[in-house]
Amino acid sequence: MTAPSTGTLDQVTAPATPRGGRRRWWPRRDLLGVLPFFVFVTVFLLIPTLVVVIGAFGGDDGRPTLDNVAALADGYIVDAFVRSITLSAVTAVLGAALGALIGYAVVTAGPDSLVRRLVTSACGVLAQFGGVTLAFAFIATLGLSGFVTVFLRDSLGIDIFSGGVWLFDLPGLVLVYTYFQIPLMVIVFLPALDGIRPQWREATESLGGSTWYYWRHVAGPLLAPAFLGSTLLLFANAFSAYATAAALVSQGSPIVPLQIRSALTSEVLLGRENLGKAMALGMVVVVALVMWLYGLLQRRTSRWLD
Amino acid sequence: MTSAGVRLEGLRRQFGSLRALDGLDLDMAPGELVALLGPSGCGKTTALRILAGLEDADSGRIVVGGKDIANVPANRRDMGMVFQAYSLFPHLTAAENVEFGLRLRRQNAATRRQRAREVLELVGLGAHGDRYPQQLSGGQQQRVALARALAIQPQVLLLDEPLSALDAKVRVQLREEIRRIQLEVGTTTLFVTHDQEEALAIADRVGVMRAGRLEQIGSPEDIYRSPATPFVAEFVGLSNRLPGRVTGDVVEVLDAKLPLVGAVHSGPVTALVRPESVDVTADPTGTGRVVAVSFLGPTARVTVSLPDDAIVVAQLESARLPELPPGTPVRVILRPVPVVVSP
Ligand SMILES: Nc1ncnc2c1ncn2[C@@H]1O[C@H](COP(=O)(O)OP(=O)(O)O)[C@@H](O)[C@H]1O
Ligand SMILES: [Mg+2]
Repeated sequence: MTAPSTGTLDQVTAPATPRGGRRRWWPRRDLLGVLPFFVFVTVFLLIPTLVVVIGAFGGDDGRPTLDNVAALADGYIVDAFVRSITLSAVTAVLGAALGALIGYAVVTAGPDSLVRRLVTSACGVLAQFGGVTLAFAFIATLGLSGFVTVFLRDSLGIDIFSGGVWLFDLPGLVLVYTYFQIPLMVIVFLPALDGIRPQWREATESLGGSTWYYWRHVAGPLLAPAFLGSTLLLFANAFSAYATAAALVSQGSPIVPLQIRSALTSEVLLGRENLGKAMALGMVVVVALVMWLYGLLQRRTSRWLD
Repeated sequence: MTSAGVRLEGLRRQFGSLRALDGLDLDMAPGELVALLGPSGCGKTTALRILAGLEDADSGRIVVGGKDIANVPANRRDMGMVFQAYSLFPHLTAAENVEFGLRLRRQNAATRRQRAREVLELVGLGAHGDRYPQQLSGGQQQRVALARALAIQPQVLLLDEPLSALDAKVRVQLREEIRRIQLEVGTTTLFVTHDQEEALAIADRVGVMRAGRLEQIGSPEDIYRSPATPFVAEFVGLSNRLPGRVTGDVVEVLDAKLPLVGAVHSGPVTALVRPESVDVTADPTGTGRVVAVSFLGPTARVTVSLPDDAIVVAQLESARLPELPPGTPVRVILRPVPVVVSP
């Protein structure tokens, strides 16, 4: 990650240094400004990733082994990955669809409208409102004795948990995750919606096109890459979320982050730490894949809208 | 090519308490280019959008080619529209943009491509068909927008300040080209602008708008030489505001008696006198004094201060500048052309 960017900087400033001149070992002054960034990336991204990779391919005795990675094919781990990916995909699609609709409503309300200011600041807060707080907010409203649950049961005779206590399992995670995915979608998708100019609709109309034609041939194609890109971002956001699930799920470890926790903290089975690292490596691979797709899409949109 | 006459009758449009159009009447002959000229906010865009069907009038009639089209939606009106800027579809190439309206008219691919090439050539961009809007300059983008609007052979062409986002030089070049193309295709055209020079340069007739209605409409020469109202006189071209006094059918300004435009009550007024109606000659006994000179090529503007702080600007041939350096005492003479006065 760091290497290509230094390379680019070197190329840009290359004419200033005579060719073949000896390279200095200390950082060039024009790189000093980005030094904190590199330190940050090294400490919080590079080193942990290295620890994970090395651990994933190491045995308890410290010798290299493929056992941990091979164990990823175990049924329960595969299941956890499938559930994690399903949860992330479902909440990404739901969040993207609903968030895009809200974003569209916000944009139609006008750039300086009260609606827009309210919704964007609310989304700014809500998109960060994950973790334990959010889990307890849901437990307090929709939990077994949450006030909505109690109200529905006592006043309307509706028992939302008649089919099982779904809130603390995968369906509950879908609901709670979607809750923070929607505002995130609003935030990341708004710039794309803002890039859509009213003239395009009016040009379509004056050329003889209907509203449907406009969406199908103009707004649709223009927004699609940003929409897909945002959906991928939401996927990664859900896939790597941990605290919300940790606070909400009391039994078992349905998704990968919780499996990793149990591998790292298991008191029954020792020496499963490196299996946890292998799972973490699996997650890194999935997220890297998603981010790569995201990068491709971003490049396409930035060609059109700026 | 089809071209239709346009008649707007008593158009009214209110936004809240703001009257954007207040009984606008406008007639356009087939093939004519009319420029709607007026200060920002006077309702030009609203008028154009109502004609395009993008906005509804509260009342009034819109007749195109003899038919009342008030109830025809925008996408059935067959009007070519060019906006101020950024109206090209950014995900389509120039040629695809031009073909957009033809595709909607279900023309086959070969016909479309042929037509797109023709129109792009007409606007001087024959070689740029496969460029994306982002790869074109502002002026080129507006050419493509014009080509896109003309490709559908519209009954009426509508341009809303199509040049105001461009550099001065490109602006002049492109407006001449728009006129050339308009004459070539013969489409009835409404050209909205707030730039009086542009309006006078391009139009068959110029309609000067003020506060939602037409103040005066006429040939560029009419509008410039015989402004019907003080507003037109001041908005179109430069005018000196000189104190004067009306007696009968003449106005006395700087010791000259000038004929009046229209009937005015006797009494003190402000006369609006064009710089080219003012002459200045060096005269050691003159009461004026040259304070500034600006060279405009073949002509020059000479600013003269008069006693009691009045300032008058004269437009002269540049050849006369040597005799009038700043500080020269001068006499000011007004040519006896009809002038507009405001109370
Ligand atoms: N959609 C609208 N809502 C409210 N006011 C509008 C709207 N469109 C135009 N106006 C107002 O109507 C007046 C005329 O606008 P416009 O026709 O755009 O003027 P121009 O094009 O001559 O500058 C302006 O005061 C403008 O603010
Ligand atoms: Mg306007």
